[in-house]
Amino acid sequence: MSVIGQIGQWFDKRLQLAAPIRDAAEHPVPRNTASWFYVFGSAALTVFLLQLVTGILLALVYVPSASEAWSSLQALNHDVTLGWFIRAMHGWGSNFMVAIVLIHMVQVFLFGAYKFPRELTWIVGVFLLLMTLGMAFSGQVLRFDQDAYWGLGIGASIASRVPIAGPIIVKLMLGGPIIAGATLSRFFALHVFVIPGMLISFVCLHLLMVLKLGINEWPMPGRIVKRATYEKEYHQLTTKDGVPFVPYAVWKDLFFAAFILLAVAVCALYFGPFGPTGRPDPTIIQTAPKPDYFFLWLYGLLSYLPPSMETPALLIGPVVVIAFLVLLPFLSGEGEKSWRRRPIAVLTVLLIAITLGTLTHLAGYTPWSPHMNAWSSDPVPERFLHGATALQRQGALVFQAKQCRNCHSLGELGGQRGPTLDNVAVRLTQDQLIRQVIQGGGNMPAYGKNLSPAETTALVAFLEILHPAGQAPARDAARDIVLRESGTHP
Amino acid sequence: MSDENKISRRGLFMKLGVLLNGLVATALTIPIVGFLLSSITRGRANAYLSWVPLGPIKDFPEGETRLATFTNPYVTPTDGKTVDTACWVRRVEGAQFQVFAINCAHLGCPVRWFPQSGLFMCPCHGGAYYRDGSRASGPPERGLFEYPYRVHDGMVTIQAGELPTPGSPTASLFGNKPPCGARNEFVSIESKLSACSKTNALLGKTNT
Repeated sequence: MSVIGQIGQWFDKRLQLAAPIRDAAEHPVPRNTASWFYVFGSAALTVFLLQLVTGILLALVYVPSASEAWSSLQALNHDVTLGWFIRAMHGWGSNFMVAIVLIHMVQVFLFGAYKFPRELTWIVGVFLLLMTLGMAFSGQVLRFDQDAYWGLGIGASIASRVPIAGPIIVKLMLGGPIIAGATLSRFFALHVFVIPGMLISFVCLHLLMVLKLGINEWPMPGRIVKRATYEKEYHQLTTKDGVPFVPYAVWKDLFFAAFILLAVAVCALYFGPFGPTGRPDPTIIQTAPKPDYFFLWLYGLLSYLPPSMETPALLIGPVVVIAFLVLLPFLSGEGEKSWRRRPIAVLTVLLIAITLGTLTHLAGYTPWSPHMNAWSSDPVPERFLHGATALQRQGALVFQAKQCRNCHSLGELGGQRGPTLDNVAVRLTQDQLIRQVIQGGGNMPAYGKNLSPAETTALVAFLEILHPAGQAPARDAARDIVLRESGTHP
Repeated sequence: MSDENKISRRGLFMKLGVLLNGLVATALTIPIVGFLLSSITRGRANAYLSWVPLGPIKDFPEGETRLATFTNPYVTPTDGKTVDTACWVRRVEGAQFQVFAINCAHLGCPVRWFPQSGLFMCPCHGGAYYRDGSRASGPPERGLFEYPYRVHDGMVTIQAGELPTPGSPTASLFGNKPPCGARNEFVSIESKLSACSKTNALLGKTNT
């Protein structure tokens, strides 16, 4: 016997782990689960392990102190050899982990894997998703920059809306009355000890149940899950048409895991680390904070919800969603597994994906936010000034100087909060323009107190020439008649 | 027979051991929970709040709104720059002021003042407020948060110390609540102002 074999035997005599590991590795799985659709769970685990390793490496340098965290991140980016690469791996690993966990969840849902007897596996998975999102948010806080600081403010504002307990929750979350040293320290504890500890134990539970209950078989349309017969049927499936997990199925997991690690590394190399953006100094107010990619949809949603809906949606929405996810295996624990026979499930996934995708896309360019510098930096399109009278040009100046441009675009430049004004003269008559400018309305502030009558006249004169060539401006037909009858109009 | 009901010596000791651990755990829970809740208990009865100076009154010209900064009264050694806080100071006339929190009443992003249009605008979700802090448009449900202020010996001081959030008790005591906010688009700013000052007077806003 070789020396290595002898050493192995020496250890196994004491550990006695070889047999159970071999049993676990070679446990039979249904032949058609050796599929590329079944690789996302192991990929999520792989990225999680990557996060553990890179996280520990970052903790060798990172200082969890509000006064030094930002500088220590700068040191990681610029001074420590390959510090930037480890930060980039950890940042991209985080994005990949959220994405893979979500894909894994969709696959499990569409393949009916949450049904009997795997209800608890699904529920533990729901908590794993929540913990992954918790890691993503707390990780963003540890990148203690302007986005982190104001992101905490957004979190505190949301938490404060809880009836009665709101202010208490805020102080508990911030560790004090304001976002400061204690806040970063407790998010460090959450990100580095509390949530990872829970993640590790929940991942173990999740895996244990996959081993004990067996991987979900490939769903066949018409093969109905019944509590009374399922386990027997599954046993038959694995004995008659089963293959050992190692090596029949595992090679695809291995290939995909390597591919994902490579993809994270390529992103890290090519795009580099995330931030940190500006110093977390609350007196620097020239900032437009934005959350990380996987919370952008929420950022978008918060600008579209009507004000009165916001607090109920923020407080009740998550409870309803989590309750639904936890209760799902009890609501439909039996029946069809195949997505081919579950149109509502497929449509639900599509609806949620499109909604989240659209909100994320919109949050990428925030059409609801005023462009803070548009009034001073965006030029007035030449075609609107060509041949304009002095009064109209004066109006263009008023338009720029009063920050109208921050919310209204001209020639595709400027804010998108309000409607574009390229053709406003076609939509509104002179009277309507005056009313809108002075009284506001329809989500526009009233400018009556901030414009002199002369400025209003000039501004409206300018707005009246904003129409496409060849398209006549709107006019009040009744007024024409009145003016004609009174003889003041030709 | 009755053997099942008998408690063996070892069984008794094990149960006593469990009980002992339970007692110790309960006793230890008290300091642990006390430690965890220290940030709440410490701030009881507005203990985090105190009066902080913003600067001499001459720094704030009448009719203008200026950015001022102050250091949060409650400071810990690792806070760094985070205790420096900004606020908007509007000197209406004489010793009449309005001191607005920098945090948007929607989700706390920093609002910016535009003197030309007389508006505060928020970069996050487009909340806008008039010069008196009342809501002009966008998602906020209310006007900007206001700090209580005093003018004493030519110094403007405000009562500050907590992050103003929509749910904080200080935020609901001071500032333009919806009754004096811009719910009705046709209410003139003047009438809103008077409505707000009435509300503030009722709430015992200091103005000495």
